[in-house]
Amino acid sequence: MAKNNVIIEPKFCKGCMICIAACPKDVIGTSDVRSTSGHLVPQVLNVDACIGCMLCEKLCPDTCIEVQKGGAK
Amino acid sequence: MPNMIREKYVRPYAQKYIFCPGCGHGIVQQAFARTIDRMGIKEDVGLVSGIGCSSYIPVFSNFDAIHSIHGRALAVATGLKLARPDKKVVVFTGDGDCTAIGGNHLIHAARRNIDLTVVMLNNNIYGMTGGQAAPTTPLGSTTKTSPHGNIEPTFDVAKLIIAAGATKVSRWTVAQPNQLEKAIEAAINHKGFSFVEVYSPCPVQAGRNILGDSNPWNMMQMYKDQGKVVKTLENFDYSEGKMPHGDFYHVTDRVDYSTALQNMKEKL
Repeated sequence: MAKNNVIIEPKFCKGCMICIAACPKDVIGTSDVRSTSGHLVPQVLNVDACIGCMLCEKLCPDTCIEVQKGGAK
Repeated sequence: MPNMIREKYVRPYAQKYIFCPGCGHGIVQQAFARTIDRMGIKEDVGLVSGIGCSSYIPVFSNFDAIHSIHGRALAVATGLKLARPDKKVVVFTGDGDCTAIGGNHLIHAARRNIDLTVVMLNNNIYGMTGGQAAPTTPLGSTTKTSPHGNIEPTFDVAKLIIAAGATKVSRWTVAQPNQLEKAIEAAINHKGFSFVEVYSPCPVQAGRNILGDSNPWNMMQMYKDQGKVVKTLENFDYSEGKMPHGDFYHVTDRVDYSTALQNMKEKL
């Protein structure tokens, strides 16, 4: 089981792609799913590589990402 | 599962921020909410703001808030602090609101050393009204009101208010959220006028007109690379063309305005 769990909520995403650039381990990548406002939302590609640095959660301007440390609960 | 910070600290009608895609103001709002969550003082905080993009932060946050008139956020906050000295008053203001329209309120609040925390979100431009040149717009930048390049030098707001008498000054960018949270926490705990300047990207106006790159991440890195993190402003070398970033000014030798007023009341 993955050490940390990354949840992306696409409902409020505006597709700024900060999370993709911010992740040091390339856990998050692009997808072809669109949010309610028509923006391309990111997706979790490789959750096993997550080191729990929280940068994606803290740098998401629209609070769409939640990192659960210590495994999926 | 929803993000707990949003559930707890963002008002229900503002769950989808009105900020443009890539705007850094949401990051600052989150950093502030996390700080308050960690400190556990949600009920003891009052937020005041003026007019502008950044001044929407208190309106959308689930705190007691006053959305006051343009540039007068610090005047309103002064009154609030003097009426309720037991509460922590935090002012969210933008660069135009703080240094242009409310410039005198800023320097006089700093001179009185009143116990406020001012978070100034600096995006180098008047973003909401369409990209006019602000006092913080860099020299030579092309904006809507300076199509051939800005001929006005920019304000160094940190130096201005240190000269005016502020007692705690920090400067960070939104690319450093952990340091920003610590700076806001230290500013709230500090007794006296504390000022946190945050560089926040405005991809729509500043990105297009000033920095020449509308990618929010690239803008954040540009703001980060503009600065050099220092612990003190003494002997800072401006000739490298970099700005001092960090928690660089902190003095405790001045008495704050609320305490001085209380001392005067007891004396009379």
